[in-house]
Amino acid sequence: MDFLTIIQILDSTIRLATPLLLACLAGLFSERAGIFDIGLEGKMLAAAFFSAATAAITGSVWLGLLAGTLASMVLSALHGLASITFRGNQLISGVAINFLAAGMTVLIAQDWFQQGGRTPSLIGQGRFNAVTLPFADALADVPVLGPIYSELISGHSILVYLAFLCVPATWWLLFRTRFGLRLRAVGENPAAVDTAGISVIGMRYAAVAICGLLCGIAGAYLATALQAGFVKDMTAGRGYIALAALIFAKWRPWHAMFSCLLFGFLQAVALRYQNIHIGDFVIPVQAMDALPYILTVVILAGFVGKAIPPRAGGEPYVKER
Amino acid sequence: MTLMKSLMGAAAGLALCAGAAMAEPAVIYDLGGKFDKSFNEAAFAGAQRWADETGESFRDIELQSEAQREQALRRFAESGSNPIVMVGFAFADALGQVAADYPDTKFVIIDMVVEAPNVRSVVFNEHEGSYLVGMMAAMASESDTVGFIGGMDIPLIRKFACGYAQGVKAAKPDATVISNMTGTTPAAWNDPVKGSELTKAQISQGADVVYAAAGGTGVGVLQTAADEDILSIGVDSNQNYLHPGKVLTSMTKRVDNAVYDALTDGADMETGFEVMGLANGGVGYAMDEYNKDLVSADMQSAIDEAAEKIASGEIEVHDYMSDDSCPALSF
Repeated sequence: MDFLTIIQILDSTIRLATPLLLACLAGLFSERAGIFDIGLEGKMLAAAFFSAATAAITGSVWLGLLAGTLASMVLSALHGLASITFRGNQLISGVAINFLAAGMTVLIAQDWFQQGGRTPSLIGQGRFNAVTLPFADALADVPVLGPIYSELISGHSILVYLAFLCVPATWWLLFRTRFGLRLRAVGENPAAVDTAGISVIGMRYAAVAICGLLCGIAGAYLATALQAGFVKDMTAGRGYIALAALIFAKWRPWHAMFSCLLFGFLQAVALRYQNIHIGDFVIPVQAMDALPYILTVVILAGFVGKAIPPRAGGEPYVKER
Repeated sequence: MTLMKSLMGAAAGLALCAGAAMAEPAVIYDLGGKFDKSFNEAAFAGAQRWADETGESFRDIELQSEAQREQALRRFAESGSNPIVMVGFAFADALGQVAADYPDTKFVIIDMVVEAPNVRSVVFNEHEGSYLVGMMAAMASESDTVGFIGGMDIPLIRKFACGYAQGVKAAKPDATVISNMTGTTPAAWNDPVKGSELTKAQISQGADVVYAAAGGTGVGVLQTAADEDILSIGVDSNQNYLHPGKVLTSMTKRVDNAVYDALTDGADMETGFEVMGLANGGVGYAMDEYNKDLVSADMQSAIDEAAEKIASGEIEVHDYMSDDSCPALSF
């Protein structure tokens, strides 16, 4: 394995990790506020469809991003309505959102475009194109650092940089602002927050809205940056891997970034090498595909420290009378 | 409002169909979905052609999960649909159990063999068509490295890969074939993002022509190939139009003809085993205005010659599924 190959695998890692990271941070906000969200997959899928559809109709990828984010936030609001206002079961609401998104996207796509649940291919301004960072071409010949800068760091779409900027932003928002403190408190002990005169319902809706926003960006990235259009079920389980990454990261933003990069890296390696030969021993590609889930189970089983979810997670808040 | 209307309309339509349909033929698509621009869509096109020509109608269903296979089969059989066409190898187990319960109903399964007196099994010699596009890939390649991207890792897809590799080696014995499968679950048929990454990985290993036999995943492969300015090869249906000038050709598998024939023969069809190969136009490669500039006269004549030899039996392309091994490619 030479240096260039490593760079290419890492490059692929970043592309694959970005949707995971956005969805993972989305789940982080929601779950830190005590709302479990297994509807990440469905929200991403809805966002992917509406961003691609809007970009195809208007020719502007930014309008597409807006529409995708809106669609995802509408689903988030639905989740909020079911699980915060009506105190329904959060898992069931999440599953319902996944089914709703999987069915509705294909149905609407067929009605609008008659291409069998797809959107037309996006061209020109309808897609997020790669951004070349300044001096990337000039520095490409510098040994070692040149390729790292020009191949690995430069040349991704704007949403990739946005996603990685979201990590420190999330950390700052959650751990350095009053809003973040309250949001975390709502997930641990909502009664205490309520006693302090802060609306638990309001905080939880805010968290769910941020979750919708981030899922929307993740979906738009899939459909308008990585791909040039929507295809049925194109999220292919990434929402669940993001949830696994969230548990793996024990609900912390920086760790979320590293776990998403790790899972992205595992995928990239699995895609690059079908079977890995270590001496006479062969690791089949299936093992690599399953590794994110296996790692999560290991974490959950408490082998590598304990993963403790927010204490009020999954519980609808009922004011005592 | 319009959405609500179409929803209500669809519901009403379904309700009507359920009452009225008797003895109409039925088509069941596999998990890839009716409009996968590829295999299932070809089946739909064949059924639609039959409906347009005869003025009759057919019933169809897209499966959403593995568990629905037997259920869908039994429902169509119970409601009197005849014949019932199944598009995909994965129906074999379900059909094996159901066929005997409905001896008066004729079943047609595509891509797999089920031994029963009321079943017609249609299989395609995909390795022959893949051999031809493999030759074209090798001749079009400047780096002497070509790629293959399969969907789910099953013997049928390996059969595509194996035929392709043999074609490549026949045209250029020193050429390298890089082969990747998208996954091992049915999700591998609908993951264009993985298809893109695989394509990029193959490009970085030197491939400048990639052949996608991967259902909906292939959309991502063809897209990335076009973005990165290399050539791609489509599969099943003619996919040349998806990226004009970037898709070298498509390996066509005339599932539409198989379905059309089945519906035309109707309930009185002959059952048994049917092979669709190069000799009877079951497989081939697509030429149209979108790829005519990519295929040189030399290429064309070499392919035509090989096609004739395969049809006459002079060249024998090894079938992976005959002995689960491939002389030209290791998996």
